[in-house]
Parts: sequence; C-alpha cells; structure tokens
Amino acid sequence: MTSFRTGPDARGLFGRFGGQFVAETLMPLINSLAAEYEKAKSDPAFLEELAYFQRDYIGRASPLYFAERLSEHFGGAKIYLKREDLNHTGAHKINNCIGQILLAKRMGKQRIIAETGAGMHGVATATVAARFGMQCVVYMGTTDIDRQQANVFRMKLLGAEVIPVTAGTGTLKDAMNEALRDWVTNVHNTFYLIGTAAGPHPYPAMVRDFQSVIGNEVREQILAKEGRLPDSLVACIGGGSNAIGLFHPFLDDEGVQIVGVEAAGHGIDTGKHAASMAGGAPGVLHGNRTFLLQDDDGQITDAHSISAGLDYPGVGPEHAWLHEIKRVEYVPISDDEALDAFHHCCRLEGIIPALESAHALAEAFKRAPKLPRDHLMVINLSGRGDKDMQTVMHHMQDNQEKHA
Amino acid sequence: MSRLQNRFAELKAENRAALVTFVTAGDPDYATSLSILKGLPEAGADVIELGMPFTDPMADGPAIQLANIRALAGKQGMHQTLQMVREFRAGNQSTPLVLMGYYNPIFVYGVERFISDAKEAGVDGLIVVDLPPEHNDELCEPAQSAGLDFIRLTTPTTDDDRLPTVLAGSSGFVYYVSVAGVTGAGAATLDHVEQAVARLRRHTDLPVCIGFGIRTPEHAAEVAKRAEGAVVGSALIDKIAEAKSPQQAIDGVLGLCRELAEGVRSARR
Repeated sequence: MTSFRTGPDARGLFGRFGGQFVAETLMPLINSLAAEYEKAKSDPAFLEELAYFQRDYIGRASPLYFAERLSEHFGGAKIYLKREDLNHTGAHKINNCIGQILLAKRMGKQRIIAETGAGMHGVATATVAARFGMQCVVYMGTTDIDRQQANVFRMKLLGAEVIPVTAGTGTLKDAMNEALRDWVTNVHNTFYLIGTAAGPHPYPAMVRDFQSVIGNEVREQILAKEGRLPDSLVACIGGGSNAIGLFHPFLDDEGVQIVGVEAAGHGIDTGKHAASMAGGAPGVLHGNRTFLLQDDDGQITDAHSISAGLDYPGVGPEHAWLHEIKRVEYVPISDDEALDAFHHCCRLEGIIPALESAHALAEAFKRAPKLPRDHLMVINLSGRGDKDMQTVMHHMQDNQEKHA
Repeated sequence: MSRLQNRFAELKAENRAALVTFVTAGDPDYATSLSILKGLPEAGADVIELGMPFTDPMADGPAIQLANIRALAGKQGMHQTLQMVREFRAGNQSTPLVLMGYYNPIFVYGVERFISDAKEAGVDGLIVVDLPPEHNDELCEPAQSAGLDFIRLTTPTTDDDRLPTVLAGSSGFVYYVSVAGVTGAGAATLDHVEQAVARLRRHTDLPVCIGFGIRTPEHAAEVAKRAEGAVVGSALIDKIAEAKSPQQAIDGVLGLCRELAEGVRSARR
C-alpha cells in the first residue's frame, strides 16, 4: 500500500510542495536544525523529556469528550470533541512550542523569536521561553494587536517583548516577514520558533510531528471508548498545524474521512477570505511552495477572516499536497457560519471555543444531520475562545445595530 | 563572452573595481524609474541590478521594502519590468543588467516564459534571493542553459563546507553579502571584507562584488580596493524616498551615483 505518511523527501518536498525557499544566510542554520531534529527524534533522552513536559506541564493527554448535547441537537453523527482547549495556555500551540524549545536548548540558542496572529502561538512561545529562561521576542501585526489585547498582555506578563508590525495589513503574514528579517540579522544566537506547519523544511515536518500527539491520542482514546477508529475527522486550517496533528496519524486509514476547514471570511467570491486552497494558487512564500492568495503577477494578496488565527494567505505544504492528491477534503466556512457554530457550542455544551475551532464546528454541524447515528466524528477543538471575546462582542453589537 | 564577463574583463584591464547599483523597477513610478535606469551608465554605474517588485521582500530592510511598496502602488508588474529593460536596452548595448528579486513573481509568470522573455528583453543575469542551490533545478539550471548568468549570494554564514555547493551554480559574479542581516543594515568591517574575499578566492575565479551597508564614496572606495565590485542599493533608494519631485529623484540618484563612481575609480590610483 502507498503510505501518505512518509513525506517529506530529503529536500523537504511533499509532492511539489514544501522545500527550502529562503535567503542563503539562513540555509546553513536551517540545515543544521534539520540535522539536529533528526538526531533528537531518535534520542530517548529527548523523547523522555518531551513526554514529561507534555504530561506534567501541558496536562496531556487532553480528553476526547463525547458532545452529547451537540450530537442530540444536530441528530445523526456521534460528535466527539478533542479538547486541546484544555491544554496549558489554552490551545494546541503549546504542543509544538515545548518540542521546539527543547530543540533550541539542545542547539545552545538563548534567544527565541516568533510571529503570532491570534496571539496563542505568541503566548505559548512566551510561556516556554519563560520556563526555560530564554529571551523572547514576538512579532505581531498591529491589526492583530488591536483585536487580541488580552493575549498581548499575557505575553508581556510572561516576559516577552511584543514588537508591533505595521507593514501590509498588520496581520500574521507581515509578522512572519518581520520575524524572518530578525532571524536573518540575528542568525547566530536566535532560534525561530515557527508556530504552524509551514515555512522552510524542516519546520512543516517538525511542527507536524510535535502536533501529531493530538491524533495519536485520539486513536487510542476512540479505540478505548468505541472499539474502532472514527469515521470522520474535522479540523480548521490556517497554516494548519492543529489539523495536520490530528490528521497525520490517520492518513493511511482508508476508512477515515478527513476534512479540513478553511476560513471563507465574507465568502470566496468577495475576495475577502483566507481560503488559500479554495481561492488561491500554488506559489512560493515564507520558505515553502504551497497554495497562496495572490494576483496574476505573483503578488501576495491580503487574507481576511474574523479569526485572527486563520488570517494568513498560505497553508502548510503538506495540506497543499493532501489537497492535490485528494486524500483530504478541504472546504470553506464563512465568518457568519463560524459565529453561528460558536454560539451553538457555547449554549449546548458550556464550552466557549476559539473562533478558529468554530470553523471546524460549523462544517461538522452541516454534515452531522445527514450522517447515520453510528457515524463517529471527531472535531479538533484546537483552542478556547477567551481571546476572542472582544471580536465576538463587537460582531454581536454590530448585528444588533443592523437589526435595530 | 557574456556582457558581464566582458565588463569585468574590461575593468580588470583598467585595474579598477565595478560600481554595481541597485534600484527597484517602477520606483517611484515607471517614467521616473526608466529615466534613472537610462541615466545610470553615464553616471558611472558599471553593472545595474534592477529589482523586480514583490509584496513580501523578506530579506530586505525598510528602504527597499518601501521602494517595493511605491512601485507596486504604481502597478509595476513583471511585464512592465521587462518592458523597462527593453527600453533601456534600445539605447544601451554594453552595460550588463541583472534582475534581482524573489521567486514567486517568476514562478507565477512561468519559468520557461520568464527566461525567454528576459533574454529577449536584454537581461544578462538573475539574482533570486529566496532560491538557494538546493533548488537549482527550478530556475538556475534552465536560466544558465539559456545563456543567462545566475548570480549567487554568499554570506558570512556560508562556511567552507557549503561554499562549493553555492558556487557550483554561480556565474557572472559572486555577490558577497557582507553582513548577516537585511539590506541597508550596518556595514561589515574592512578586515572582515578582506578575509571574506580571500576565502572566496580560494574557491572561485569569478569576480567578487561586496554589498550591504555601503553608503558613501569613501566606503565604496575602501571596498573597491579589496574586491572586484561594490554594490550600492539602499543609499540610492533613499534619494528617491527623500525626493519631492520626479526630477529631484532622478537628480538625487544620479548625483550620488556619480560620487560613488568617483570613489570607486579613485580606489586603486
């Protein structure tokens, strides 16, 4: 049988996607990172330390929760939520940060830089930097700083320096450019802790591996609860780290249907969205070849999503490949659909999901009623919605005014 | 012999280094940018690097970032950039012109079509910042087969083990980025430049041009004593940013170019 789990190849390629498209200054460092990661992966001491922090610091395993009320409400599929929102710092991001900070320590780096959109990766990075006593600088777009003030404050409490990025739309893409500029300048002492399964090789593979703890746990948990594998998996896609973490351990299980949910913003036709697979084309940015939002001249266009965490004009290269070979189905969900799902989850389960995760919930809620009662569906609840209170509040106020 | 080989051979015979100038195509607008481009050889530029605008110039500092934004605001795309080269070439057959930029606009234009159109327009070489030798098959090899030079960036982080890999795909000249950093960042010490050039010469016979952080005629002269070329970009682009009119932009860039050229020409007298 052909395996979908063997990539990337030696050049960091998943099919034609991925690779190492960065300035020469960074190449030696990226190559040494790849070599160090290869060694670490098979070093029992590294794996033991990683397992320790996953268990005692993050609080893993995260529960696989049977969402009885949502299942009843929508009828059809039996809905399970993988509770990454219960992790320390409130999202799946910490899984990857723990892994990469242990690598940074191995490589003797003392300064950590990161970029962040919604701020969850920034908070997770600031958290592990504090825990390991390293200097931490986080780049964040000014638009995102405005809509995610609580997370900015959290990062500062944790000792990180948050540098506002005014270029472009002041969102994740621009923060990533600035982080790359910092890295090129401080390459000797700095470790760039990338938050999603994108960027130059080895990042997409490394982030996927650190996030695969999600899918590996789901496998064990669903077998224990139901005695069989799930029928479908649903997760939201910005860069796609929570999704690839859930999907990867199941890619070779033919019977498992896998669905990734992109942010359609105001709708694909409006051009105001962040769905790089539904509304983009292959290109090269931020170190990898992948699907990108761009114009006919290869200029990158702005992404839009109500969720700062999905507001990125690209996607991790492994998703681009899984899309192209059709192993995973990728679908768009609009801002309004996500908000609707957000409210359902709050009211029916007493769980306030992140707006990112609400995209996955929305797609699941569309599908669930059409599925048989014995269909097992797992939705990755990638993070909690505390950070999104301001956004949701503004949106509800706007709606009230419209309807007044 | 390619235009680049020819030019470096002439300069060697004159016993002087090259002044290599960088401006972004379409900055601040097409007409002004074309006037600057046409005026550079007379103002003393020996080799011209012309930037292909891109929305996300990750390895560039603020000066070149802003130049890209100005050019893109004027709708400068790949077609306009190649047209600019054609118009330049109509009046100048001797000055080597190298396109510099990021890979995505080329990839989207289509590699094969780009190589053929660039060649036809009169481009001599390419510098693509985010295309390391690990991806030589993408553009470097087909471009060189078509007779375009592919100029590699080498940096302080490119160690002796890696240099042969980088240089294997290089032709025209070698661009040594003298500081680990973005364009327009601080300059390297002359000792560092000297050591770097000596190291590169152990690995290649290609001319070595030094860039990043060169802003004054004096500095250009010091670099010109030690290498086959000095590259100046951000300092020229600052003249465009400061200008209050198109004519001031043209005069500012060409004026500084003349001063830099004098610096370079005086270096080995």
